[in-house]
Amino acid sequence: MFHIYCPYCGEHREENEFRPKGQAHIMRPKDPESCSDEEWADYLFFRDNPKGIHHEMWVHATGCRKFFNMTRDTVSYEILEVYKMGEQPKITAASRVVGGEK
Amino acid sequence: MSNVAVFDQNAGIGVLAESPLAHVSGVKGGHTPGVVIHEKAFLGYLTLRGNSADSSFCSGVEQALGMPLPTEPLSLHQNQQKGSSIQWLSPDEWLIVVQGGTEYETEMALRTELSSHFAVVNISGGQTLLTLSGSAAQDVLHKSTVYDVHPRNFPVGKAVATNFAKATAIIRRPSEGTWELIVRRSFADYCYRWLIDASQEFGVDYE
Repeated sequence: MFHIYCPYCGEHREENEFRPKGQAHIMRPKDPESCSDEEWADYLFFRDNPKGIHHEMWVHATGCRKFFNMTRDTVSYEILEVYKMGEQPKITAASRVVGGEK
Repeated sequence: MSNVAVFDQNAGIGVLAESPLAHVSGVKGGHTPGVVIHEKAFLGYLTLRGNSADSSFCSGVEQALGMPLPTEPLSLHQNQQKGSSIQWLSPDEWLIVVQGGTEYETEMALRTELSSHFAVVNISGGQTLLTLSGSAAQDVLHKSTVYDVHPRNFPVGKAVATNFAKATAIIRRPSEGTWELIVRRSFADYCYRWLIDASQEFGVDYE
């Protein structure tokens, strides 16, 4: 059991108040009519499964019921940052390599 | 005034209403019960949605309710005179609790005062409110929820939606010695039984 910071409630809450909602920052094709089957299938079904940095969407299900994003390390399960919808992550796989942290 | 079809959903005193805890009987916990539980049945509940960055929305709500809109997360404002309250639920959603029978006039007052993009929905009857008081009320909450209800984290005027027992509830602290639980109608019986069981060791009165 761990604590997750909700950026809307402004405090840490128990894990069981939250639900994971999968990969974050998935863009819907701007013009679905003209995109290929492969592009559409990729948008609809295929998700990343990285070792290391992963950006995820979570929902504070029993609290404020808002969605937010989280950057997590899939190796250590460490939560690296939490940010609101519409914002971009500060920590990415690229920034970690450049920063030489891992 | 917004162009929305509204009607008074309160059937009035001519129709028999039953609280979700109408079937439970009182419990007596001896001379000095540590916990006193009381159901405040048939209150009016409204959810309000809107943009708190819009100053006309904030002032309109204050005008209609006689108390300011809580824009700080997890805060609770009360109007002692009207016996009503408004609490922050999420950045764009608030819960208004009013005395039973006044929900329609409250809704109409909000619709008169507000003009921008907003929503008011009467959700009365979907939940009930339990008050907990007594010297061991906080201990019962410690047993029932993982949320930290210690006064340093839970001052008077705070309201949180969280897990309670294995259900969900809104826990509020309107005054120093009183806690309020707003539970779903369908979970009211379960929460009541949980509370009575958890309070047993301290002595419990339920009226």
